[in-house]
Amino acid sequence: MSARYVVGIDLGTTHTALAYAPVPTGDEKPSPEMLSIPQLVAQGTIEARDLLPSFFYVAHESDGPQALPWDAGRTYVVGEHARARGVDAPARVVASAKSWLCHPSVDRRSPILPAGAPADVERISPVEASWRYLEHLVEAWDHVVAKGDPELSLTKQSVVLTVPASFDAAARELTTEAAYAAGLTDLTLLEEPQAAFYSWLGNRGDAWRKDVQAGDVVLVVDVGGGTSDFSVIAAVDRGGELELERVAVGDHILLGGDNMDLLLAHIVETKMVAEAEAAGRTLELDRWQKVSLQHAARGAKERLLADANAPSAQIAIAGKGSKLIGGTLRTEITRAEVEQAIVEGFFPLVASSARPTVRTRAALTQLGLPYAQDPAVTKHLAALLARHASALGAEGKMLRPTRILFNGGVMKSAALRDRVAQSVDAWLGEDGAPAAKVLDGADLDLAVARGAAAYGLARLGKGVRIRGGTARAYYVGIESAVPSIPGMEPPVTALCVAPFGMEEGSAADVEGGELGVVVGEKVSFRFFGSSVRRQDAVGAQIERWKGAEIEELAPIEVDLPAEGRTQGDVVPVTLRASVTEVGTLLLEAIPTQPRRPDERWKVELSVRSET
Amino acid sequence: MVPAVAPLPFTTRIWFAWVCFFKVLFDGAFAAKAYAPALPPAPEPPKQLAETPKPARVEPPPPPPTDAALQLLALFQREGRFVDFLEEEVASFSDADIGAAARVVHAGCRKALRDHVKLEPVRPEEEGTKVTLETSPAEVKLTGNVAGSGPYTGALRHRGWRATDVTLPQAVQGHDARIVAQAEVEL
Repeated sequence: MSARYVVGIDLGTTHTALAYAPVPTGDEKPSPEMLSIPQLVAQGTIEARDLLPSFFYVAHESDGPQALPWDAGRTYVVGEHARARGVDAPARVVASAKSWLCHPSVDRRSPILPAGAPADVERISPVEASWRYLEHLVEAWDHVVAKGDPELSLTKQSVVLTVPASFDAAARELTTEAAYAAGLTDLTLLEEPQAAFYSWLGNRGDAWRKDVQAGDVVLVVDVGGGTSDFSVIAAVDRGGELELERVAVGDHILLGGDNMDLLLAHIVETKMVAEAEAAGRTLELDRWQKVSLQHAARGAKERLLADANAPSAQIAIAGKGSKLIGGTLRTEITRAEVEQAIVEGFFPLVASSARPTVRTRAALTQLGLPYAQDPAVTKHLAALLARHASALGAEGKMLRPTRILFNGGVMKSAALRDRVAQSVDAWLGEDGAPAAKVLDGADLDLAVARGAAAYGLARLGKGVRIRGGTARAYYVGIESAVPSIPGMEPPVTALCVAPFGMEEGSAADVEGGELGVVVGEKVSFRFFGSSVRRQDAVGAQIERWKGAEIEELAPIEVDLPAEGRTQGDVVPVTLRASVTEVGTLLLEAIPTQPRRPDERWKVELSVRSET
Repeated sequence: MVPAVAPLPFTTRIWFAWVCFFKVLFDGAFAAKAYAPALPPAPEPPKQLAETPKPARVEPPPPPPTDAALQLLALFQREGRFVDFLEEEVASFSDADIGAAARVVHAGCRKALRDHVKLEPVRPEEEGTKVTLETSPAEVKLTGNVAGSGPYTGALRHRGWRATDVTLPQAVQGHDARIVAQAEVEL
């Protein structure tokens, strides 16, 4: 039985959303609608909302069962109530699981979350957290839409799941692992900025061809709650047909609206403490007040950035006890303060040569999320455009966008959109290029889920598609056989196993560069990726590269079963890379002297901690 | 919970035995219920019979009508500290203190209200403008010199509110709606 719906799922760092549309049977063009997701919003209270906060709460025995309409005895919570418990009982709440999923130096399949939880809290892995969010969607869908009809179950529908464009092969693999664990079977991955673009295409209808023509270069700027993600999509003329091609993606930057609210809350708190001291009182905010302050600061920020005439916004935060009136703290935040902190702090006007500053980390860093060290979004953007300057074969210091599409909650603020557009235009001006035009008609909050569903429809032949392929080239590190010198690492040659832009469903055999694997042992190889080396073909051996051009990823592993071979023997293998229909990278080791026809072993993209 | 049962007076019992005799004889369903010895809501039907000697239908009791109201109250408390605010004595506080608290209540309750109840004015005109209308008692209240017959002409004093859509939170089975806000204990 084939799928009856195409479903787009935005598995976000802070929120998850699901859009769906029936599979068209005739010529109709269905438009995706959002699923209202039933979830616990408070103890014993269920509401259906468009967004499911991506939070997981390990319930304590004092909480009692966390009943859902489809499961009366649940011991954990996903969604709004879990987020709310993050304030009251933070040690039991998993947040930002998605950022952990792409953390290169932790074992992402091992139970490490909530990080720093007390010993009696049962921990889960970043993969399991993502699985639980998706499981909630499956259950909610089966409750609301399928209503018990097994043919309509979400597990049997055609699902497009979005990942950040910056997710590497291992993070994509782990995302599909979580999806399979949740029971999804018909699965395709899509990059989030592309999904935002599909959503815009859907909103514009056929009129989009007026806005984007051959030769246009669209910069997608997606700044959400926890991450910033950039992509560049080019419209190219191929034999009279307009084709869209994703030509560049940015790095994974853990920087988003939450950082901005935190900063603003910190500024307001400092101010409140100073005011209290001036009045001869001491003031110390408790944890609950700090979180309330963050919410209040966000509200004030949105008001001030939306209304250019408002000089200031009032902030009031309540104390925890039932005495509200005496216990409420108040202050105000001025336009100048917000602009200084948010617009200048996160979106400064910088030259196109500006780059994010990277501090060298202290030797003993606490194992946490690798947050962006430089908060300036515009610097990260400048770095991306410069790094991909020659992506379209043009001369110049940077890749020149002609259109800008915004996405993500932070970009709802017109002041910030203007600032980004102004920055890009200034850089284009330095390069002598005309200003870029901002594409209107974007839907900033739910675009990714809607766009994912629209892509699902496009795959059925109902609409234009963006070509892209892998956003990186992948390499295996081969250590040169040289006499070892103490204190010096042997030089490493990078052997290209998957070229940049490898398309879904294609495969490439690596010529030359045999690797030796030991029978019956897990052998790991160093693994590298590059988002800028477009020219390297499969089998290319790169001995020297510029510092950041090729970056080391978590290693890959081959576990060769002993069947028919002697334990401990070294077997020479070559690698074959392919991009699966799902959109993940598959590496296989093929023995040069096979014992049986078509012998091959899967090479694991390791997600293990090396430290 | 077993309701305390007051013994029936003797005369009522004679009458009731008489009624029961015929009901058992002619009403099969009633007979079956009376015959089942372990029927838990057994006290209910005889009581209704005693009051109104008509054939009584046994229905599950409807949910207490207060639950939805309590849920809304819990919602306003959760989002905007509504109950805390109303339960506090305001007389001793300055307007500035009350104003600060009112901001918390206003911001939270407004969000809760807008998320759950879609409201629109009953009359679209601006307040103060002259309107001529036929009244429907539910929608429009005439004030001032109320006399004559419609259509009426007058100044619109209040536009009114109409709820066009209400989505209330749904309580989980077994949830005690009377707990408007849980007590909190920090460990």
